[in-house]
Amino acid sequence: MKVRLWGTRGSLAAAGPETIRYGGNTACVEVRGSDDHLIVLDAGSGIRRLGATVGDDVRRIDILLSHLHMDHIQGLGFFAPLFRSASEIHIWGPPSGRRSLRDRLTRYLSPPLFPVPLRDLPSDLTLHEAPTDAPFAVGAIGVSAALVIHPGPTLGYRLSAGDRTLAYLPDHEPALGSRHFPEPHEWLSGFGLAVGADLLIHDAQYTDAEYAERVGWGHSSLAQAVAFASAAGVRRLLTFHHDPGHDDASLERSLASASAVSHMDLIGGAEGLALDLAR
Amino acid sequence: MPQRPIELILLRQLASYLATPMFIVDADGTLVYYNEAAEELVGRRFEETTEMAREEWLAAFAPHELDGALVADADNPLLAALEQRCEQHRTLVIRGLDGAERRIEATGLPLEGQAGLVGAVAIFWPAAE
Repeated sequence: MKVRLWGTRGSLAAAGPETIRYGGNTACVEVRGSDDHLIVLDAGSGIRRLGATVGDDVRRIDILLSHLHMDHIQGLGFFAPLFRSASEIHIWGPPSGRRSLRDRLTRYLSPPLFPVPLRDLPSDLTLHEAPTDAPFAVGAIGVSAALVIHPGPTLGYRLSAGDRTLAYLPDHEPALGSRHFPEPHEWLSGFGLAVGADLLIHDAQYTDAEYAERVGWGHSSLAQAVAFASAAGVRRLLTFHHDPGHDDASLERSLASASAVSHMDLIGGAEGLALDLAR
Repeated sequence: MPQRPIELILLRQLASYLATPMFIVDADGTLVYYNEAAEELVGRRFEETTEMAREEWLAAFAPHELDGALVADADNPLLAALEQRCEQHRTLVIRGLDGAERRIEATGLPLEGQAGLVGAVAIFWPAAE
């Protein structure tokens, strides 16, 4: 399984000379299995540059949305394959129990927020509420989805191919309300998705001091991400959803500090980074 | 063991902060948590009790009517919430794990999650004599 990061920023795109190293685009990750089928995790602003690399010959693409906050869907209307009549696009997203995924996505992909209504996109578009009660297959990759702690219905995903596993929890606050974080496994949000993963891409938006001021906003501190990854026994932790106010220098300092006190194999999520989980 | 449904995780965390006694069962009826406020009525700390299967807690607490008759499952607020998926309120007597009998008011509520029923919660408090 191959993974490439196209957007690692959280909440709001943050382009500028101070974010060149880790990038300014919001959440988007490309995943490809042995069949080279394209799976896209989230459609933040990073999906625009990914779309520019997708050839006209690519027919089916699956986009797995963790949730529908703007920083995870704002790039959809700029994803070139959506505007090709030969494209078959499947968008998977969280169930709400109240409104269909199409209704909820249409709130953004319609005037006045966006000029082209969803129904007018020329591609063959299918929307799925991702099942949370059983795994499903996307190409050669098995996918499990589960709700995790974040405001509004939000999914984390576990992608498996052969003996390799990627866990993706970009927006996650497992420490919310916890008196003894990390809690025992059965009471730890996201544990079933992350347990034993070769790579965990996880929310690490805040410093500890920032988290104390933003409890309940749906995100984790870097220290909490490391604690969660340790509890889940993952092999490598990739930090993600960087706060738009954190420049490259502050991210470097935070990662160095966390690495100094943890045995976790820690990777700073940087736009453009490519990893092959087979290695 | 994978983690429990997120709705149960969040409710347990909320319950741990509330001074209102709460008793939470999963979709199978297994008692998975009661909070500190409930410990006085249950007669034992949850950490000393841990989880109890439905038959275990029914036998242990022996919920009964004021006249001593056992409460039928259909009239048990927690089981009604779980099996009939409706709220129910009742005054009843339970036997604590310390052996003491206590008269309580109990309201059961089903917990409908995004993907269906994930369990039920009973909110209860001492009944006026």
